[in-house]
Amino acid sequence: MTSVPGAPVLTMSFDIEGRNFKASGEASGRIKRTLEQVGLDWNVVRRAAVVLYEAEMNIVIHAHRGVLRAEISPQKVVIVADDEGPGIPDVSLAMKRGFSTAPAEIREMGFGAGLGLPNIEKHSDQMSIETEVGRGTKVVAVIMVPGGAPDVTPPGATQADAT
Amino acid sequence: MKVSEVAKALGLDVVAGVAGLDREVTGGYSGDLLSDVMARAKPKDLWITIQGHQNIVAVAVLTEVAGVVVSGSVEPERDTLERADREGIPVMRTPLSVFEVAGRLHKLL
Ligand SMILES: Nc1ncnc2c1ncn2[C@@H]1O[C@H](COP(=O)(O)OP(=O)(O)OP(=O)(O)O)[C@@H](O)[C@H]1O
Ligand SMILES: [Mg+2]
Repeated sequence: MTSVPGAPVLTMSFDIEGRNFKASGEASGRIKRTLEQVGLDWNVVRRAAVVLYEAEMNIVIHAHRGVLRAEISPQKVVIVADDEGPGIPDVSLAMKRGFSTAPAEIREMGFGAGLGLPNIEKHSDQMSIETEVGRGTKVVAVIMVPGGAPDVTPPGATQADAT
Repeated sequence: MKVSEVAKALGLDVVAGVAGLDREVTGGYSGDLLSDVMARAKPKDLWITIQGHQNIVAVAVLTEVAGVVVSGSVEPERDTLERADREGIPVMRTPLSVFEVAGRLHKLL
């Protein structure tokens, strides 16, 4: 097997269902356990756990359905939450601490503090949001592994399809 | 100190996750906003909250807290207990307020 530097060594992917609180957090837990098992630095695992959980719960709470995916390599962990849902009309507003559109019954459970997206930003090295109102949202967050080999993708190399 | 020892000293009623009673407690965190707890609770903290629904177990697993104290006479939901048993996360119930539990825990540790 040839290895492209920076290409994911391991990809995990889970379907997430909107409003299914029975299963919520399980996908994040499974991915976190794998990150531990492959021997990643404790701090990387901790940061990934925050990002995974917030991204997963945003699908559960705000979207209809989606996929939570982690692309794991020695250099970095890339976390992707891609959903079908209402989308985010104003991303910079959504990124503000304290901004939330979560309804009352969701807030009663301790969600809807408007901290999730700011938490993802704070605990990752790179974060991007692609969204279209009425269609869905894709959040990508990258956590670099300190001391991991430099991430050099040769120019023109195609990104491995991770699904 | 072990979770079981803390539970005994504070008179907490262990309602689920007995498999985790030997987990070690070195600190505490109190909060009811899950995103706040997620970002700030540390491994081996005892988490004190008034939330009783099953999402607290997922947060406890991910943050690696020692256990969860559901305070203020809040009744943890049945799904919470089942999930806590499955994950081995001790869940304890108490009529004490979050403030009282935190104060006593702080003194104890
Ligand atoms: N996947 C998504 N689809 C649609 N809207 C979203 C999505 N993720 C976030 N949002 C919007 O952005 C707002 C802010 O998200 P953020 O995660 O910061 O806070 P929250 O989910 O409301 O509360 P918390 O994360 O603290 O429980 C949400 O209230 C919602 O309006
Ligand atoms: Mg959120």
